[in-house]
Parts: sequence; structure tokens; C-alpha cells
Amino acid sequence: MSDFKSNFWSVYVAAVTLGGILACLLLLWIASRKKVAATADNTTGHVWDEDLREMNNPLPLWWVGLFIITVVFGLGYLTFYPGLGDFAGKLGWSTANEYEKEVAKANKELEPLYARFTSLSVEDVAKDPQAKAIGERLFMNNCAQCHGSDARGSKGFPNLTDGDWLHGGTPEKITETITGGRIGNMPPMAAAVGTADDVKNVANYVLSLSGSPHDSLRASLGKAKFGACAACHGADGKGNQALGSANLTDDIWLHGYGEAAIINMINNGKTNQMPAQAEKLTAAQIHVLASYVWGMSNLAPAAAAK
Amino acid sequence: MRPLWGLIGDCSLEPTSGDRRKIIPIVAAADDSAELVSLYAAQQKIHPRSVSGFFSQWRWALVIFTQLVFYGLPWLEWGQRQAVLFDLGARRFFIFGLVLYPQDFIYLTGLLVISALALFLFTAVAGRLWCGYACPQTVYTEIFLWIEHHIEGDRQARIRLDGAPMSLEKIVKRSFKHIVWLTLSVWTGYTFVGYFSPIRDLGMEFLTTQMGGWEIFWVLFYGFATYGNAGFMREQVCKYMCPYARFQSAMFDKDTLIVTYDEARGDPRGSRSRKADPAALGLGSCVDCSLCVQVCPTGIDIRKGLQYECIGCGACVDVCDTVMDKMNYPRGLIRYSTQNAVSNQWGRPEIMQRVFRPRTILYGVVLLALTVGLMASLVLRTPLKVDIVRDRAALSRIVSGGKLENVYRLQIMNATEKEQTYVIQATGLEGIEVASEQQVVIEPAQSRWVPVRLQIPYGAVPPGSHTVYFAVGEAGGGAHVSEKSVFLVPR
Repeated sequence: MSDFKSNFWSVYVAAVTLGGILACLLLLWIASRKKVAATADNTTGHVWDEDLREMNNPLPLWWVGLFIITVVFGLGYLTFYPGLGDFAGKLGWSTANEYEKEVAKANKELEPLYARFTSLSVEDVAKDPQAKAIGERLFMNNCAQCHGSDARGSKGFPNLTDGDWLHGGTPEKITETITGGRIGNMPPMAAAVGTADDVKNVANYVLSLSGSPHDSLRASLGKAKFGACAACHGADGKGNQALGSANLTDDIWLHGYGEAAIINMINNGKTNQMPAQAEKLTAAQIHVLASYVWGMSNLAPAAAAK
Repeated sequence: MRPLWGLIGDCSLEPTSGDRRKIIPIVAAADDSAELVSLYAAQQKIHPRSVSGFFSQWRWALVIFTQLVFYGLPWLEWGQRQAVLFDLGARRFFIFGLVLYPQDFIYLTGLLVISALALFLFTAVAGRLWCGYACPQTVYTEIFLWIEHHIEGDRQARIRLDGAPMSLEKIVKRSFKHIVWLTLSVWTGYTFVGYFSPIRDLGMEFLTTQMGGWEIFWVLFYGFATYGNAGFMREQVCKYMCPYARFQSAMFDKDTLIVTYDEARGDPRGSRSRKADPAALGLGSCVDCSLCVQVCPTGIDIRKGLQYECIGCGACVDVCDTVMDKMNYPRGLIRYSTQNAVSNQWGRPEIMQRVFRPRTILYGVVLLALTVGLMASLVLRTPLKVDIVRDRAALSRIVSGGKLENVYRLQIMNATEKEQTYVIQATGLEGIEVASEQQVVIEPAQSRWVPVRLQIPYGAVPPGSHTVYFAVGEAGGGAHVSEKSVFLVPR
């Protein structure tokens, strides 16, 4: 498909290409009819600068043959392949088609491989070393951009290896998350909690839930105000996976650790989104990927964090 | 001084007064013998006569040596694998005990520079030794000519056969020759591919018709190139295609050994009886037998002096010496000599003395230094490589225990043929430690990406980018490398 509004450039390119080839042929033809004088000592008889003579160095005929082969090849190529302006060539070859073909071929080759995995449960696939290697590559290409190459996430991007799940860590839930994506939303809660001081108290109460360093006086004051949060996070602060609300008692801080970060969350809230992968990946790929993700927190020996 | 563009503008104009330009007239030499020839010339088939002698023996010794190396090397085994194998698919290059990664490309560069310098040195000392004795083009032409010689006969017989009408004998001889040529060519192609794809498996794949498409292509392509170049193109490659042929002459000087015809001694030429005294006949030593032209693989007459077609093979030297022996004249009418030696009537000591001159000494010293450097670097190289890629997703994160964490991926490449356990350590910041697995096991000649997490106590260093060093080494000492990276501390 042309990127131009008129076909001027297409015609121009085609004309220059064909003109060039014709000019080559013409040159060959003219030169083949041309005769030069050569003397007995194999010079052309031309003398420059007193004694500089020009040798007669005829081009070997097979070389001329190569030129003609090149011309024939060039015309053949332009007939069958794209090159002559907009003309797509008789074979209809295009890089996009080649790519599609290669992808289709690769998918076909992988079909039996994936078929073996899709018939197994996520738990069993996770134990398969080959599936793990495929899963790792899929993760690197599609997930590591946010979750990090070691899947331990970053601020705002959940750690997938710690067994703490916002939306559930069962194989089905992980598959669901990858397929459809997730949107986590915490509304700004400052108004519901009360004054700025109340917010600070609640923040300290939240810190106390996981036994993190906190001001115990403020925490006890904040406990009463935590009711506003309990709707989502539960009265005990353990969160609710059906809502995607975070567990506040496990000392895992997705959106930042410490009083200031918590105050910020209460005041401003946050909407966090994981995009759906269903359009990018096939169901079989998601199955292998889910197995890989599930395996990271369920199979790997819990790496002792130092 | 007039600007250059002024000249361009003036070209077509009549010279004005005071404008002094040099007019270069093209003068056609007045010569009645001049004849009109085409700009294109058909290839003249050259049938070199076979020759034996000192240089011919050298040439054959080198043909045998280079071909033993070429055809034999891929069959050698080293441990459990082919000794020399360039596995392009797996990107591993095995040369005897060495396992090279694409990252070791610098060694190939070094090898090429050394080859180029060796070419400079040999050319400066003794002309186109490469062309005459070692170049695949000449070597295969020599082998193909040998086959041709044994099937169709020597020069005269071949010329006769060329001119003879089609007959059963001609068909049999020609077909036999081409079958032998083609067999050798395909075998050459097979050997070539054997450097890139295990040669023993290749034979098995061929027998079971499971050879890959690209392998078949390269066997046939290389075979076709051998057949075409050594059987048909021959000296045409040297004369018209080879860039070396042209620039090697640029490395000659007047003290370079070249194949020379001693014109002072040889001319005037003429045939004479063996018993006749040439001086009495007013003749030089050259009996004008034209054997030097007949043996020449590029079909030139060396008596016309140094020509770019001369590949320095010495065939004419050998054949002229046999003639001189027959005539009871001293050898060396055509010989390896230098331009200075011929014009000054120098002998061997003077020539040898001038082998050591500034340019050869310079080439030699640089060549020696590079060779020693490359060898030392190969011997001392660490059979372990580490590439570090900082994780692009997680710049830095706070983890439990009040620690700050950065994530890296280390590509650890095991360039030994044993399974190795590597220990990963980090230095450069106070309290820095590797929080992930500190030991990794990597299979022989394999590489692996290993995620590594580094942690420092929160607040130990000010915000910003800090240099850290990874030390990766074989467990229990041995090869180790240190690589630099950065640790980011957020504000």
C-alpha cells in the first residue's frame, strides 16, 4: 500500500528503475560495436603527458555475460517481486506475508507442545521444566516490563512471588487475571476519615496492624476511625480478594511503606490497572504463563529474604 | 591561486589572456601496425604444460599440506566433540580446547589483522608467495590441472583434444574428467559445510536423506564455486576478480624478490645447436624455446618483465632451468631476484642483506607483537563471561527489613566444557549483599540469565546512582570476573 496521495513517486521510481536497466543494456550494445585501435605492444596508441600510454585492456566476454545475466535477473525479479513502484509482483510476496507465514508455521510447530500442557492442570504444568522455560520467556516478554524480571515487582506493581494476592492466587484466579486484566481502585478517603490528624492516626493504626514501627497512642486513636476503611479492607484489615482490596496486616506495601506513603494513599486514593493479555496471548500460552506465575509462590522453596 | 571552481567554470571557454592552463593533448601514436579491436575479449584457454623442479616441488608440498589441513581438520575429535566446529546455530565456536562465544569476535579480528600483516610481510620480501603457493584459487587450479593432465594428457594432447571433432574418445575423456572434478568439488563443499555442522552426523544425514536444506545448498554452492573457479575460471579470477592481485603489486619495491628474466644475459634470443657458441652467433642465453610461456598458468611471457598477471609460482623458473641444464648453460636465466639485483648484478648475499629493510622490519615487528599479544590473550583469557543488564522495570524498591533493593539480570557464560558452580558477590557500597541465590550451576559451554537482587540498608547511602561491582567466580577459586553496574537509590 502506498503512503502517498498520488502515484507520482511510484511511476517515478518505476521509470528510473527500468530506465537504468535499459541504459545498461544500451551501454553494453554500444560498447560491443565500438572498436579501438591497438598497436603491436598492446597499447591504444594514446599518449598523455609525454610518455604515459594507455594499455588496451579489453573486458573479458564472460564478464559481459554476467552483466546480461544481471539484467535478466533484474527484470525477472521486478516481474515476480515488489520493486517497480507500486507493482506488487506476480508472486504477491511481501514481508508482512512472510511474517504471518512464519508465525503461523511456528504456532503450528508449537501446537503439539502446548496441547500437552493444556491437557494438564496448572499445578502439573508448573512442575514441567520445559513449560517453566517457556513460561519464563513469556513472562520476560509480556510481564517483566511491570512486574520486573524476577517477578518481584516494584512500587505499584505487585510482587508475584510472595504468596500475597490482591485478587486471589488460585490457578483459576491467576488465569482470570492474566486473561482479563485487573483494575484496582481505592477512592480518596480523607473526607470519610476526618481531619488531617485523624488521617495520621489511621495511618499509624494501619502500621500497627502488621507490627510495623508506629506511634501507639496515635494508633489507638486511629482504630476508631478505621471503620471507614473496613468496608473494603475488613474490620481486621485483612483485605478482600473478591474486591481486590489489600491485606494491611502482612507487612507488604505495594504503594509504599511508612506513614507518609499511607497518608498519601488515604488522601488521594489510587487506581491501578493491569492490562488484559487475552488479545496478545493464546489461551494455551496464558495457561503456561499462569502455571509459571503460580509456581513461583507455590513451588519454589521460599527464598529466605535476608 | 585560483579557486578550483573557477577552473570548472572555465573549462569550456577559450583561454583568456594571462590564463595559463596546461593543455594535455591526446596524441595518437603514428603506428601503421595498429588494428581495430573490440572492447570485449574472449577468454583464451590456457593449457599450462606440466613442470617439475625445485619450486614445483614446493608448490606441491604446500598443496598437500593445505589440503590435508582443510580436508582433515573437521574429522579430528576432541573429547566428545568435533575438534574444530563453528556452530553458528548455537553460537559457539570450538577450536580444539577453546570454546569461543560471539563476544570473542575480537580474536577473529586479530587473526585477520595478523593475516593481512603476514601478507604484507611476505609480499614485501618475496612477492606474491600467497598467490603462487597457498591461495585456494591457485591450489585448486593446480589439483584440477593435475586431474586434467592424468586424464587428457599434457599440454599438446589437451590442445589437440580441444581442436578434435567430437568422438567417442573425446566424450569418454571429457566425461571422466568432469566426473572426477565434480566428485572432488562436492567433497570440497561437504568438507566446508563440515566446519559448521558436525561432519560425521552430516554423512549420516546424507545417507538417510535427512540433510537440512541449507546444508545441501552450501555443499552444492561451495562445490559449484570450486568446480567453476578451478575448472573453468582459473587465471581469470586472478586477472579480473581478485583485489589482492592488484594491491599486492603496490607492496613491491626494488628489493622485493620477483620472478625475473635476466634480459642482459638472455637477449638477443634465438635457437641454436647445443654445440654452437652463442657468443659467436651473437646470441644471448635464451634459446627462445617458449617453454616459459607454455608452463605459465596465467599464460604470460615473463621475458616481457614484471606483469600484474604473474602470480609468482616459479613454474617458468623450473622449466628454464631444465633447458639451461640441457644446453649446459648456468641456471638462473629466469630466477627469483630483485629489480635492484638484476640491474646491479648483485648476488645472493646482497639480496639477502636487503631482505632486512625498514618496511620488512616494521611489518615483522608489528606482526610479531600482534601474534604474541593474541596468543597471550588467548592463553590468559578467563573462561567465564558476565553481562549485566539492570532490570528496566523496577528501578529500586523497598523491601521488608528496611532494605533497599535493585534487580539485575546477569548473563553468565560458561566457556569451559565442564559444569561449573559460580559464586556471585557484590561490592562497592556499605552493607551491600546479594539477596538472591548466591550460587548458580551452569552446564558446559552454556550461558544463562540469572536474576540477582542486591540489597543495602535503607538510608545507608544518599539518593542517586552509585557504582557497584559484581564479582562472579568459580566456586573454590579459579576463573573470576568483575563487572561494573549501578545501584539506584530513590529520593
